[in-house]
Parts: sequence; structure tokens; C-alpha cells
Amino acid sequence: MNPEIAIEMRDITKTFGNVVANNKVCLDVYRGEILALLGENGSGKTTLMNMLSGIYYPDSGQIFIDGKEVTIRSPKDAIELGIGMVHQHFKLVDNLTAAENIILGLKGKGRLNRKKVAEEVLEISRKYGFDINPNKKIYDMSVSEKQTVEIIKVLYRGANILILDEPTAVLTVQETEKLFDILRAMKKDGKAIIIITHKLNEVLALSDRVTVLRKGETVGTVLTRDATVMSLTEMMVGRAVSLNIERPEPVNPQPRLIVNKISCVNKDGVKVLDNVSFIAYSGEILGIAGISGSGQKELLESIAGLVPLSPGSSITYYPEGPDKPVELVGKRPLEIRKLGVALSFVPEDRLGMGLVGSMDLADNMMLRSYAEDRFFTNRKGPRHLAEEVVRQLHVVTPSVSTPVSRLSGGNVQKVLVGREISLAPKVLMTAYAVRGLDINTSYTIYGLLNEQKKNGVAVIYVGEDLDVLLQLCDRILVLCSGRVNGILDARTATREEIGLRMTGAKGGEHHE
Amino acid sequence: MSNTRHDVHEPLVRIAKRGEMAAWKMWIIRIAAIFLALLTGAVIILLLGHNPVAVYIDMVTGSLATKTSRVASMKIFIPLLGAAIAIAPAFRMRFWNIGAEGQILAGAIAATYFALFQYRNLARPVLLIVMFLAAAVAGGVWALIPAAFKARFDTNETLFTLMLNYVAVGIVKYLRMGPWRSPTSAGFPKIDMFDQSARLPLLFGVNIGWVLVLVLAVLMYVYIRYTKQGYELTVVGESVNTAKYAGMSVGRIIVRTAFLSGAIAGIVGFLIVSGSAYTLSDTTSGGYGFTAITVAWLAKLNPIVMIIITAFLAILTKGANTIQTNFKIPASASSVLIGLILFFMLGCEFFINFRLIFRKGKKHEVARL
Repeated sequence: MNPEIAIEMRDITKTFGNVVANNKVCLDVYRGEILALLGENGSGKTTLMNMLSGIYYPDSGQIFIDGKEVTIRSPKDAIELGIGMVHQHFKLVDNLTAAENIILGLKGKGRLNRKKVAEEVLEISRKYGFDINPNKKIYDMSVSEKQTVEIIKVLYRGANILILDEPTAVLTVQETEKLFDILRAMKKDGKAIIIITHKLNEVLALSDRVTVLRKGETVGTVLTRDATVMSLTEMMVGRAVSLNIERPEPVNPQPRLIVNKISCVNKDGVKVLDNVSFIAYSGEILGIAGISGSGQKELLESIAGLVPLSPGSSITYYPEGPDKPVELVGKRPLEIRKLGVALSFVPEDRLGMGLVGSMDLADNMMLRSYAEDRFFTNRKGPRHLAEEVVRQLHVVTPSVSTPVSRLSGGNVQKVLVGREISLAPKVLMTAYAVRGLDINTSYTIYGLLNEQKKNGVAVIYVGEDLDVLLQLCDRILVLCSGRVNGILDARTATREEIGLRMTGAKGGEHHE
Repeated sequence: MSNTRHDVHEPLVRIAKRGEMAAWKMWIIRIAAIFLALLTGAVIILLLGHNPVAVYIDMVTGSLATKTSRVASMKIFIPLLGAAIAIAPAFRMRFWNIGAEGQILAGAIAATYFALFQYRNLARPVLLIVMFLAAAVAGGVWALIPAAFKARFDTNETLFTLMLNYVAVGIVKYLRMGPWRSPTSAGFPKIDMFDQSARLPLLFGVNIGWVLVLVLAVLMYVYIRYTKQGYELTVVGESVNTAKYAGMSVGRIIVRTAFLSGAIAGIVGFLIVSGSAYTLSDTTSGGYGFTAITVAWLAKLNPIVMIIITAFLAILTKGANTIQTNFKIPASASSVLIGLILFFMLGCEFFINFRLIFRKGKKHEVARL
């Protein structure tokens, strides 16, 4: 047996009810190596890793750590074996400090020596190049700092094998670079690293080998230096896919929505939108970039009439033709719709806001039509619409009577987007429309948005993947801490510029 | 290697989620659960020194065999089903109304006022209709108070509705001891019996309340499934954010639904005082408001299924009373029997959703040592 092998997973199978999440999956990782685990949604990546970190227990198959067969029954077992996982959703206690979070749950004797812990944390930081203040509280930290705490937490526990689940999803371009440097330093130190990601350019930049899963099975493992974006995509999807996003020229753009100096204060008294102004034109896709939590959510929700705005804010809708402009601020969503404003909104939280998970497709279509009913609900219309959406967008579902929560993420999004497009909108707002979706579905969604654009709809696209924003949109508005930090022409802007504007390192015309 | 303390063996029992299960399999599990409950009950009866078969037969005959026993069973059935229907829309909206007891009493108080003081002024049908409406409004208002606070200040409705139960009991006690105390009762203070004109007419030997609750069950089923308001309250229950996104006024829906829930509970109060008790007392609500929660959950908030569950529980309760007298089994033992059956019925849902996997007999440990 090769002594350098850190992990070997052999013929791992895991089922949930009738769903086979992993079917005889094999995977090996060497010490001093970064392995990228690649696959579309629902291909079983996270399930596989959860079995390594003790969250799930495999139905069958074997796991070897350092050549010795082991059974991992709980996260505690995993830690003892030196396996540490950094989850996509952080598991930190907000009102404790970094150091306190790091030692949380560890056994210790006698009094807690905070000084010693802080020193040890700093030592780990120095070794790999982290930048952290052990005494800072979590609630004061940025997303990237929180992630650092999570990584140090597993290192502090003596992890030699690190699993990172989509670590770059929440990071800016610059933060991602920093993280990669750290991971390379760990690799040099002889650690085995598995990174789960969707982003192919990151896989190519960082990893040594790539293992690809498709529909719960291992497609194969390749050396990164032999791989290209095209070849990896083909392995993931199972066939060749065109990776170009179409961008038709806007035809006769007219101001459709004029947002003028809107500000918004949230429940905690924090100014989440600060003097935001822009114009959305018909026949154009306006991209909105920003670090998550920079006001994107509030911006879209305020246009939809869901959050109250500070006095002096104004959002004016200019209908096609001779009709008078409509002021939206201060109106409720139903009033806005009754005034003939055709506004569609695909919110970020699909099942928690855009849809009702436990209701079937037909009933979810009703969310947008029930208000016109009198006492009894009209169920036929929504049912037909649901059938239409299923047919046109190729939604995979047993029937329109299936609860949407049973559908996969991509199909849920198709149902939501399909319903919103069916309203024949003049303004279509989407928040993270392709988050968590696989390549195929993502391209379907881009296609749908482009179709709306060609129909003269003003599309507002809040996104996180800068490459997509640059390829799909006509203009990109960068939000930084609730302020507009530049509106750029997407045809000429660069990733770096947007990244710097997102963090506020560049731009600042709007700063005090 | 360093991990010698790490033994290789599977956990003894694991829990795994099941996939879809055929309906007939679910019913087999549920029937098996009832059967197991009866079997466990039999052990207890044996320990008490009785013949389980005889006791069980007596339970059924005691609640169904004679006309008197059937009437007595119906007296449990009517308020219990009514209260369960009352709870249904609130629970579906995830508004945890555990104050049906208080709302029943509020309705009963309002109905009693007209029965005691206005019976001379009103013709019998008018009097009964007025009592019915007054009870509905009073029960509705009793539920409206916590709902309005929830809609406005996001207060906890569970505690609020519960506390209002005690307030309602307090009011009844006050009325009984003070203003409504019967001048003719010498010893224990109580409220007068209703005049004949304030009592519900009978149909097939039972007060016509049974027709009313059955109609209510159907109406509630239709309301929740097929009306705009039913759709709204379901969406609010599933996700307040989605409701707001769809343009619903969440506060108004909460208040409206709670009023409906309380109004039906209030009607139950009217049915009790005017249909079977013919007077008002602190025990008028009789715990139905709480038992109804069990019924509502067992029926998965489906009003039609509630009819079956309530019938079953009414028979059990009446039967338990019978075996108390016939076999001198203590009241607590009969309650244990009912509790057992409910426990098994609720518990079997676990086995419908999950399955247990036991360790296979592989000799991993030996091979590794």
C-alpha cells in the first residue's frame, strides 16, 4: 500500500429513501495534494464528504485513512482521525471571539488559558499566512474572516486532511486569491486537501488532480495539468456544452424604472441602502455586483414594495406608450400590480420567499394569480400554467401535483422563473438566479433572461459570478456597503476593477 | 498508526429516512399500532386482575350498545369535533391556538346571558339563533385579542391564548358566585338551569348540535382547500416571507383566521350549554379544547378525518367510563388505556417516515485486531 495515501474511499454507497446519492464511489487523496471534487448539483459531492466527516454513515463501502480501514460514526471520530471539514454554512457562535470559537467543544483540564490559546492560534496563522485577530468577536467579522476562523478551527484540532465545501462562493476575487495562497502553503506542509467547487477556473488554478462525479457515480479522475474547462465540463455534464453566453445588443432602450436616491434602514438601525440611484432601461440587462450583504436584497425588495424606504426615496416606473409614470415608493405589492406595473421578481430565497415548498406546482402558480379570485380560488388556470411551465422549461417532476420542495434545486428555480416570466413583465428582477444550479440549468436561465431582454423587458440581474456578469449583462452596477460604487459598461470592464470596487478599494465617488 | 483506540465497528442501530411509502403500507402500520396498543393495554388489565377481552367488549358495548350510551357518546363527540374543527384553520396557519378552552367558555358565557335573561323576550328560534351568534362573536373576540397582539407586536400566541383560558374560567367563577348566582340554590353557588326555550331541540334523540358539527366539518374542509382565504392562511403558515412577497396582508390574515377559529370554539360553548349541560359552570369546557389538539394532529388537520378520529376517541372515553363502573377499574387506569392508544398512534408515524437499520453480523472487529 502506498504510504503517501491519506484517504482512500472504496465503493461507497449511500441512499436516502429511493434516492441513490452515492453509488460505489471511489476516491483517493495523497498527502501534499489538493484534490478538486467536481460535479453538478445533486451529483453527490457533499454527501460523499459528509461521510468522511462523520455526518452521514455509508450504507456500504470502505474508508481507509493512512492505509488503515476505519469507521467514522460521528464528527468526533472524524476529528480523531485528523479529518476536518469547513462547511459552506459557517458553524460559529456569533458573540464569542475567534479564539473561543476555535477551542469550543474541545476537552481541557482546569482553567482555560486564553493567552495560551491566542498564542497557538497566532502560531498557526503565521505558519500558513492567515490574517486573524484571535480576540475579535465573530459578529464583527466579514465573511472571509469567519471562514478563516473555520479553517483555523480544524487545523487547531490537528486536522491533516481538510475538506472545504464551496469555500469561494462567498469570497471576492482578492479574498479568493488569498485563500488559495493559504491552501498552497498547507499543501507544502504535507496536508491532504479536498476542495468542492463549481468554478472550473479555480479548479484549474489550484488543484493537482480532479475527481468528477455525475449522478452519484465516479466519472473519473484526471490530472489538472491535462484538463481544460471544456474537458471538465464534458466529464461533468456527460456531453459537450457550449460555454458562450449570448449577449444581443439592446434594441431601442427606453428608461423603464428610475430609482432616485433611495435609502433604507433595517431593523437594527443599520443603513443598508444609502442614496442609491440608477436607471433600468428596457431591452437591457443591468447587472448588480457586490459582496453578499451589500444591499442587493434590500434594493430588489424595495422595488417590489416589500421594505419601507426612508423619506425622499423615489422609484418611478415609466410604462410603455402614453400612460403616466407611476411612483412605487409607499405602495404595497398588490397596489403596484393593480396600477398596471408589470414587475416580476425572482428572489434569492426560492423556497422561503418565492415559493411555498410544501405546496405543489399548481398551487405555487396561484401565488401570483389568487388575488384576482373572489371567494373561491380558481385552480384550473394555475394548473394549466404549471403544465405549460413544466413543458416549456423541461421541469423534471412526477406531476404538477408534486410539492416543489421535492424537486431538485434547478427545477425549483425553473418553476419560479417560469411563473415570473408568465406574468409578461416589463421589469424582471432576479437575485442570484443561478446560485447552486448546474451548468445546464444555468445556461437555460441565461437563455430565458436574454429572451426577456429581446422582448423589451428591463432585466435586473443580481449575481455573484463576475465572469457571468461580464458576459451576460450590458451594464454592471457595483454595490459597496449599500452605496453605488460605479456603474460600468460590461463590454469593457474587467474582473479586477469590479472586485476592487466591490470592496471599496477603488472608486469612491460616492464616499463621504 | 496512531489510531489504535479507534475500533472498527458499525453502530448498533441506525435511523434512515424512508422514501415514498404506499398508502396501504401506511395503513397497515397504523392498524398494527392500534393493535399493539390494545395488546399493551391488555397486559395492564391482566395485572389489575381482569379479563382483557371482557373489558374491551364492555368498552364497546358500554359506548354503543344502548340508546342512552349512544347519547352519552354523542355528548362527547359533538364538542370534541367542534373544538378540533375550530383549531384546524389556526394550526394550519401555524398560529398555536391552545386557548380553545377559554374561547369555548367565552362563547358559553355569551349564550348563557341570553338564555338566562332574555328568554322571555324572544321566540325560541330567535333566542337560539341569537345565542348562537353571540357565542360565535364572544369566542371570536377571545381569540382575536392574542391574534391582534401577534400581528401588531409579534407576541407569542401560545402563552397568550393559554393564559386567556384562566381568565375565562375566572369570569365564570365570578358570575357563578356573584351576579348570576341562582337565588334558589341554597348551598353550593351555581347558575340556574336554562328555560326549555333556550335548549337545543333533539334529532334522533340527540341535540341537533351533531348535525351542526358535521356540517361545520365539511364547510371547514371546503374553506381550507378551495377558498381564497384558506389559501392565504396556508401560505402564511408555511412562510410569512412568501405571503408578503405575494402581496398578502399577513396581519389581517392572522387576525381574521384567529377570529374564525375562536368563533367556532365559541359555537362549541353554545352547543355545550344549550345542548347538553343546560347551564354554565367552570367545567363547561370540559378539557375538550385540549383534547381537540390531539384530534387535530392525528387527523393531520383534515376536518373530514377529524370526524373519524373524534368518533373513535368518544367511544374510548365513554367506554372507559363504563369499565370504571362495571369492573371497578380506577379512572386513572382507563386514562392510561386511552393514553396508550394515542401514544402508539402518534408514535407509529415515526416508522412511516424512518426505518431502523441494525448492525449486520459481520465480524469486522476480529479481522482488524
